[in-house]
Amino acid sequence: MGFFFFAAAAASLVFGIMSGNIGNVSAAVLEESTHAAELSIKLLGSLCFWGGMIKVAEKSGLVELICNLLRPLLLLVFPKLKNEKAALGAISMNISANLLGLGNAATPLGISAMKELHRLSGFSGYATKEMVCFVVMNTASLQLLPTTVAFLRMESGVLKPLDILPAVWFVSACSLFIGIATAKATFPKGEKP
Amino acid sequence: MSTLLSTDVILPAVVVFITAFAVIKKVDVFSVFISGAKEGLASAAAILPALCFLMTAVGMIRQSGLLSVLTDFIAPFTEKIGFPPEILPLAVIRPFSGSGALGYYEELCQSLVPGSFAERVASVLMGGSETTFYTVAVYYGAIGIKNGRNTVPAALSADIAAALLSVLAVNLFLGRG
Repeated sequence: MGFFFFAAAAASLVFGIMSGNIGNVSAAVLEESTHAAELSIKLLGSLCFWGGMIKVAEKSGLVELICNLLRPLLLLVFPKLKNEKAALGAISMNISANLLGLGNAATPLGISAMKELHRLSGFSGYATKEMVCFVVMNTASLQLLPTTVAFLRMESGVLKPLDILPAVWFVSACSLFIGIATAKATFPKGEKP
Repeated sequence: MSTLLSTDVILPAVVVFITAFAVIKKVDVFSVFISGAKEGLASAAAILPALCFLMTAVGMIRQSGLLSVLTDFIAPFTEKIGFPPEILPLAVIRPFSGSGALGYYEELCQSLVPGSFAERVASVLMGGSETTFYTVAVYYGAIGIKNGRNTVPAALSADIAAALLSVLAVNLFLGRG
C-alpha cells in the first residue's frame, strides 16, 4: 500500500508538471481527504441503518434462509468457508443486495462480511484468498437492473433503454468469472501469513 | 417507463420484508437493530483513515493527466479490435472514479446518437462494471488490511475484460445498431 501511494504520487507529480495539470494535482492533495471525509459521513448513516437491518435479519433466521439458497454457488468460490455460517451468511446478504442494485446496502453488508473473514484470518494485516475473491466480486458489477444507466439512456432519447440487459449480464458474468479466476490463480503462495 | 419505476419498489419492499420476518419470529426488532447499528458506526470511523490515503493517491493520478496519456497510449490497440475511440476515456476512468465516469457517460449520452453502436457499448460498460479502487479502499480500510496481496491486479483484469467484452457483447446481442 505504501509503495502504491508513493508510485501514484510520484507519477502524478511528473505527469502533472509535463501536462501543465500540476495545479489540479495540488488541489487534489488539498481536497481529496475532505472528499474522503464527506464520503465516510455519507456512508455513516447507511452503515448504521444496514448494520441494524442485517442484525435483525440474522436474529430472525432470514440470513440463514438466503444463505442456504446461495450456498451451492458460494461454495464454488469459497470452498474453505464450508463450515463458517456467519461469514457465508454475511457474504450472501451482500450478494443479494448487489443483485437487487441496492448499492447503499451492499457496502455495509460487504463490510460485515469482511469483518467475518478478518476474524477467520486471526485479524491478520494480510488479505486472505477469500477476502481477495470477495473484494473482486464486489468490484465487478452484479447488478441485475442497471437503473441509473437505463434512466440516463431513456433521458437521452433511446427508445428501448433496457435492450442492453442481456449484453450487460453477459459482460458482468464473464468479467466476474475472469476476476475470480485471476484472483485464485495469482494469489501468492507460501508467503506470510 | 413502468419497468424503470418498478425498481423503486425494491428497497422499501426489502425493508418491509426483513422487519415482517422478524416480527413473525418474535425478534425484539428495535434493540437488535440498535446493537447492529452501533457496529456500523464503528465501521464508518474505521474507514476514514484508509479512505484519505487511497483517495488522495487516486485523485492525484486522475488530475495529473496520466489517464489521458494512458488513453492515448492504448488507443491504437483498442481501435484494432473495434473499440469505439470516443468511449475509451470512459473505460480508463471507470475503475478510478464513480462520479467521474458517470459525468463522462452523461456527456456521451448527449453527444452520441441514441441507440448507436458506441452509445450501446458505453452503456453496457457502465452497467457491467464498478468503481474498483473505491471498493478496495472501503472494504480493506474497514478492517485495517495493510497488504491486499493480488486484489488490485485481479480486479483490474476483470475491468479490462469488461471493457473488451462490452464490444463483443453488443455485437453479439444487439448487432451494430
